[in-house]
Amino acid sequence: MLSRTADNLYWLARYVERAEYLARILEATQRLTAMPLAYTGETNEWESAVATAGCSAAFFSHHKEANEETVTDFLAFSPSNPSSIRNCFEVARHNARSVRTALTMEMWEAINGTWLELKRFGNKSSSREEFLRFLQWVQGSSLRFDGSAYRTMLRNDAYWFSRLGVYLERADNTARILDVKYHLLLPPQEHVGGPLDYFQWSSILRSVSALTAYHWVYRDSLKPWLVADLLILNEQMPRSLASCYENLVQNLDRIAGAYGRQGPAQRQARTIRTRLQNARMEGIFQQGLHEFIGEFIDDNNRLGAAVNQQYLA
Amino acid sequence: MALITAFDEMKGLDGQVRPAYAALSQWLAEVRPEVLDFRRKEAELLFRRIGITFAVYGEAEATERLIPFDVIPRILAAKEWDTLQRGLEQRVKALNLYLKDIYGKREVLKAGIVPEDLVFQNPVFRPEMNGQKVPHDIYLHIAGIDVVRVDADTFYVLEDNARTPSGVSYMLENREIMLRLFPELFSRHRVAPVENYPDELLATLKSVAPDVASGDPTVVLLTPGVFNSAYYEHSFLADKLGVELVEGGDLFVKGGIVYMRTTQGPKRVDVIYRRIDDDFLDPLSFRPDSALGVAGLMSAYQAGNVTLANAVGTGIADDKAIYSYMPEVLKFYLGEEPILKNVPTWRCREPDHLAYVLDHLEELVVKEVHGSGGYGMLIGPTADKAQIAAFRIRLKLNPRNFIAQPTLALSTCPTCVEAGVAPRHVDLRPFVLTGRDRIRIVPGGLTRVALKQGSLVVNSSQGGGTKDTWVLDR
Repeated sequence: MLSRTADNLYWLARYVERAEYLARILEATQRLTAMPLAYTGETNEWESAVATAGCSAAFFSHHKEANEETVTDFLAFSPSNPSSIRNCFEVARHNARSVRTALTMEMWEAINGTWLELKRFGNKSSSREEFLRFLQWVQGSSLRFDGSAYRTMLRNDAYWFSRLGVYLERADNTARILDVKYHLLLPPQEHVGGPLDYFQWSSILRSVSALTAYHWVYRDSLKPWLVADLLILNEQMPRSLASCYENLVQNLDRIAGAYGRQGPAQRQARTIRTRLQNARMEGIFQQGLHEFIGEFIDDNNRLGAAVNQQYLA
Repeated sequence: MALITAFDEMKGLDGQVRPAYAALSQWLAEVRPEVLDFRRKEAELLFRRIGITFAVYGEAEATERLIPFDVIPRILAAKEWDTLQRGLEQRVKALNLYLKDIYGKREVLKAGIVPEDLVFQNPVFRPEMNGQKVPHDIYLHIAGIDVVRVDADTFYVLEDNARTPSGVSYMLENREIMLRLFPELFSRHRVAPVENYPDELLATLKSVAPDVASGDPTVVLLTPGVFNSAYYEHSFLADKLGVELVEGGDLFVKGGIVYMRTTQGPKRVDVIYRRIDDDFLDPLSFRPDSALGVAGLMSAYQAGNVTLANAVGTGIADDKAIYSYMPEVLKFYLGEEPILKNVPTWRCREPDHLAYVLDHLEELVVKEVHGSGGYGMLIGPTADKAQIAAFRIRLKLNPRNFIAQPTLALSTCPTCVEAGVAPRHVDLRPFVLTGRDRIRIVPGGLTRVALKQGSLVVNSSQGGGTKDTWVLDR
């Protein structure tokens, strides 16, 4: 297939995934900040939302202060933030239009319908209720698009490239949450927190839609080291780094199989997966959670570059 | 203009229903107006859902709108289509021979059939193509010939579209929608199918691959991109053809060969169905500011390694100044009388024509040779004395710049309007495909209809709509 087509499909999937992630962060943050200070501590959750979205530098070049108004506007609606939810959908729809022949009717209708409806929401929400409805609509739209891709696309390179977009973006998103919140996820022997941190942990799980999953997997009350385990190493958890890499390796292998050639992207993905498979949380804590996550984000970016170089350029 | 009575394709001039329309006319008498109205709305919904829109992009806001679709089909009898088909084949054959000659031996110029200055001083003439061989001597692979009708037997060619004619997606989608909405109407007729057009187009394009190409040549469709107003048609056709829809950036030229960038590395391209104008094809040969084209494409083309459909420089076949010479051009190459007539045209560059035009300005339409979109034009029957006098001066000052034609009464077809069903003026654009083996025409074409009462303007930008065109099987 055309490299441009593959590139468009890959970024289409990434942007739709990113929009959903932003919506989850905003929803979790809104929830956390609505609580009395005594339960959440003194940190500025809005600032941490911007950091988790990975756009602190861009944000502070436009705004002096991170508060509910500036952050929701910047992450959800702002045209000057290339990764705002609005821009994510705009770019996704533009990409979809350029590769319409590679999309199924259902995918096109999902993304085109989202784009048309986006106009209805305008540039600002009049109330928290309305904004929450918007965030839920964003998550629903992303699910609809992803579901129609899953249900209707032929299982060929077009599908595999769009999956690569989903999983690279998802791995990056999960890693960024961990990067910002690592100080809350301490190993058992250092744990000094009390009920105060409970809401922070549940908020983290909420932003990756894993609060219920946690209880099913560990059958335990919220423990920070288990939260870290769930998000990093647990292969059952669809947004964990391990699960993302399981999927990346699979999809890259299918592409290599169809094209009859392995390349740097396949090798890099496999190396990262093996590292995640062999890792234990104790070891990661010993090495330093922050360092581990920082390295992972860099590796993940390098894999993105390798995929780009090998197939999309 | 009110003086001229138009020929109605359903009721003729005398009000008697013509045989081809018998079943439709009966159906129209039976069908309740609200049913017709309901179907009409349903058709619009379908068009929106499928997304057959024309993009109109402004500075900031992008809008996409529909071309109005009229649900009452236009019907041509088998015999009428036979004549049209033979006429179209003959005309396109002549156009191809003419293009080969213009960029080759130039016998038509030497014989004095077409004045040299009209060719050499014409901006659409491409000197780069002089002496250039094109694969299998075919220049015009896809032609859209605009035809109008003035009575039961006479079709005129109004215009030859020899560059990148569009509208074929409407021909195909209109039929799809009609099949869905009016199955009972189809069961009362035997309508020749058009749905094989993409197949015929692909066969045509593959047949003209250069000799160096492999047994199964790679065909691509080159679009200016998503911002082009006809982008929907480009993606629609690529999809139906099963070929890659490429933009300039997807192609590159290396060692005189055109490749496309794919996820499996460079892939050689043999035939490019291009929907980009000559000017933008190759920044190295034409407009250097073109970001739509492919650097080096002309050199690959000149080396004979790739086929461009249509060829470069076909504009010299559909130019307004050349049009009036087409009947003589056709006779010159084929030794036959044209089956489809030209609209009678007076060339003001010739003194006796000029004298006639000056004497009859009140009844003629006078056009600028290089004008378009109706600018710099005189419509005699609707102009006042002062306008005619002013135009007379312009005409005398520079007669070479003008041609004149009679005001035509385009035929009408029954059409849904606010107040029910009424006759409206129509034209027809059939699509003619020329391959190495033969000429292919699917029976039908795009019928455009002027929805405003009395209007002769069928352009979509000015309130025109489209209709499905039915050719009845014998």
